[in-house]
Amino acid sequence: MKFGVIVFPGSNCDHDAFWAVSHSLGQKAELIWHDSQRLGDVDAVILPGGFAYGDYLRCGAIAKFSPVMQAVRKFAAEGGPVLGICNGFQILVEAGLLPGALIRNRGLKFICRPVSLEPGTLDSPFTCAAESGRAYRVPIAHGEGCYFADERTLDELEAEDRIAFRYLDNPNGSLRDIAGVLNRERNVMGMMPHPERASDPLTGSTDGLVVFESLLSRDRQGAVAF
Amino acid sequence: MTATITPELIAQHQLTPEEYGKIVSILGREPSYTELGIFSVMWSEHCSYKSSRLHLKKLPTRGKLVVQGPGENAGIIDIGDGYVIAFKIESHNHPSFIEPFQGAATGVGGILRDIFTMGARPIAVLDSLRFGRLDDPETGARNRRILHGVVSGIAHYGNCFGVPTVGGECIFEKCYDGNPLVNVFALGVCRKEDVFYAKAAGIGNPVIYVGARTGRDGIHGASMASAEFTEESKQKRPNVQVGDPFLEKLLLEACLEAMQTGAIVGIQDMGAAGLTCSTCEMGSRGDVGIEIELDRVPQRESGMSPYEIMLSESQERMLLVADKGREDEVFRVFRKWGLDAVEIGKVTGDGKLRVKQHGQTVAEIPNRELADEAPLYDRPHTQPPRQTPIDPPALPDPDIPAALPALLASGDLCSKRWIWQQYDFQVRTNTLAGPGSDAAIIRIKETGTSVAVSLDGNGRYCYLSPREGARLAVAESCRNLSTVGATPVAATNCLNFGNPERPEIMAQLVEAIEGMSEACRFFETPITGGNVSLYNETLGEGIYPTPVIGIVGLLKTAPPVPAVFRNPDRSVVLLGGLGDSDAVRFGSSQYAKVILNRLWGLPPALDMDREKRVQTAIREIVQAGLAESAHDLSDGGLAVALAECTFGGECGAWIDLNSEMRPDWLLFHEAQSRILLTTAEPLKVADIAQKHGLEAPVLGITIEKDLAILQRGTMLGRWPIATLETAFEGALPSRLEAA
Repeated sequence: MKFGVIVFPGSNCDHDAFWAVSHSLGQKAELIWHDSQRLGDVDAVILPGGFAYGDYLRCGAIAKFSPVMQAVRKFAAEGGPVLGICNGFQILVEAGLLPGALIRNRGLKFICRPVSLEPGTLDSPFTCAAESGRAYRVPIAHGEGCYFADERTLDELEAEDRIAFRYLDNPNGSLRDIAGVLNRERNVMGMMPHPERASDPLTGSTDGLVVFESLLSRDRQGAVAF
Repeated sequence: MTATITPELIAQHQLTPEEYGKIVSILGREPSYTELGIFSVMWSEHCSYKSSRLHLKKLPTRGKLVVQGPGENAGIIDIGDGYVIAFKIESHNHPSFIEPFQGAATGVGGILRDIFTMGARPIAVLDSLRFGRLDDPETGARNRRILHGVVSGIAHYGNCFGVPTVGGECIFEKCYDGNPLVNVFALGVCRKEDVFYAKAAGIGNPVIYVGARTGRDGIHGASMASAEFTEESKQKRPNVQVGDPFLEKLLLEACLEAMQTGAIVGIQDMGAAGLTCSTCEMGSRGDVGIEIELDRVPQRESGMSPYEIMLSESQERMLLVADKGREDEVFRVFRKWGLDAVEIGKVTGDGKLRVKQHGQTVAEIPNRELADEAPLYDRPHTQPPRQTPIDPPALPDPDIPAALPALLASGDLCSKRWIWQQYDFQVRTNTLAGPGSDAAIIRIKETGTSVAVSLDGNGRYCYLSPREGARLAVAESCRNLSTVGATPVAATNCLNFGNPERPEIMAQLVEAIEGMSEACRFFETPITGGNVSLYNETLGEGIYPTPVIGIVGLLKTAPPVPAVFRNPDRSVVLLGGLGDSDAVRFGSSQYAKVILNRLWGLPPALDMDREKRVQTAIREIVQAGLAESAHDLSDGGLAVALAECTFGGECGAWIDLNSEMRPDWLLFHEAQSRILLTTAEPLKVADIAQKHGLEAPVLGITIEKDLAILQRGTMLGRWPIATLETAFEGALPSRLEAA
């Protein structure tokens, strides 16, 4: 399987995502510069964490206009899996590929620490290898990770089983403890925690691997059903 | 701009009449206003080290792993497998007092540029911070505001840039009320053949300016950092620069990529003294001249004078020399990253810095004299000042059960989680041990080696004896590294002192340098660079002499040994033994500070030979896999270390101490060369200790939930670990959030 990791000016978890899928997962990976018009032959796309365009204006507000986002939209429209991590989640929300918004943490401070997550659904290419009811230890590192949406959207997300991950110890005030959400077609997911930082036993936890392993197992089944 | 050079103007530039005389003799004429400005920044204390240089020469700088010692933007150490690390520490004390957020942010930005200008990608930052008292009725509010600003400034810059802030220290004293210290350490890695130097070469080669445009910010920052603070210092706020970490991130990526083209000859960041410093230093190192035309310098504002352009400290700028004919390869990379890159001049053969504007020469100064021949002062030094008694006061009977939680909740000893949780300490996924550990450990993905780093400094010890205090800082730092299994290999120092024109302050500086020098020689950790920050005084009130040392060590990449107890029923061993103290040495302890609210006497004694044996032994124990946990004893002594070993885990300990010492001394004295460890194999640990001629008594065993400490069977105190942890973790948030 081949992962494409998008590099925006200001992305800083691009190398980490690249390392996680290539080294820890043993798959192919390619860095894709933000002004590319095409994604090439990748099977999944990762929008990594960082501060794309310095988070100027609003997190993700400028990145959504990057040329590569046209290609990402097309890839997603064709059913390709797209994973946004942290700043990548913020970009997907700004780009309208995911609902809601990410606002300042409740405590108004940047927080870097491990949190406990539980999968909200196993019915997605990002969580299908997860165990229901199990707590996953994955770090967060963000200042603007409080998930916000209107009540109707939140109800809809729940009714359509589109909450990918929930915090067990909500660190940032996210509504309904939402840590990650899916689009309606279930092939685009954004999450604030960093699974790529929990992919190597040396750095503490391998609980984040479940996201990449899910994508891999889905890919091996050759499924394009999502 | 033309201005008559008057004695007042010379004095405003903090140049003495003698220094001015030297300028006139170098030039063979009176300087222009622009030239006066250029000399004043290059010959400022901050840039020239004119008061300290004679003494800095005493420091050891060579070692078999040292690739680059002092004199470059950062020191470089060979870590094997074809890789090197570049590292340095720098202060940003004065700007952080005037404007805490931007002062600290640009402190981080400046040291990061020092690292990547050498070709190394920054992979770790640590900070050594000193603030005034947070709860003082008069100054507390301001001190809290400074802390909030400094911490969010560091977080803002480091997090966005994408470098993990993996550790450091934070200490509170009255003497930092009007003069906080912000010392930032950064470390980067690159292949050995990819190191770049800040040296111009090749007559006719183009001189290229890259990065942010030049504005009027930060003019005279270097001179500001070379003077005491007065009531008027707030007016110097415009002297503080404004940082843009996003731009710096682009600059990093673009510089590293441009270096790969092979078209770059030399490169230096524009830090203190901006364009002035980068041009004349690169010229001087390469023994060449540099000629620039200011009209070509990208400018943020119109109508800037040569003086302003040359002295601006606008951030996120670099100067490089490229191979003539290959400029386009360099320009192409910077264009890709959306950055300005402009040829502003060329390398010449006459050894001079020639600055033109509108085709007219506005400054012409020999590089070498400007960069390297600032006046050197052998300033008079007498005895370090001492207003504290040597003799101890009458010691009250201790209340041990209350003292331990009180110490754990005190400013210096309490958890700094509130601070470091605002820093991204994991980005780049190399952090094997982060904040709160004895030493930070960063894995180098490209090799099987990890780098450990510890920053240490104890102003209280240094105030009581600058020489001893500096030796103790080196020993402590090396001990921290050894505790995690790393071998200390090299060091960088940041020397924070008061006004060197006062002989008693100069004495502190001289003694501290000599003490540091002795210890660095002994522990084989040469100093590869660093920074001196003088004039840390406000309204005549000086800080404690505060030399901070950052030492790096190397270890094989492996799962780290934590400080925290992991399993019950393990032997708790104190390598180095219970140690000794006396009433005089007890005066420098945290117990004296927090419980007795006093300072007297002397710092703890240090037997360097014994210290080295303890460090060798613990490395052997850790590397043999015998230690389940290891934590060095430092501020607060044995009881504080025991409590720290219970935090974040589930285990406490049952400890019975076989000693006749007074219980308050026994639990809280700060004798050196001691490391607390737990093991399932106490006999093997004892063997190693014995081999090195060390005591290693088994103090007790780990148990669940409680920490109980007895002395020869008599209970001194028993605490649920949750109670101690609440005191430890709650202290800083309650002081900072309530206000």
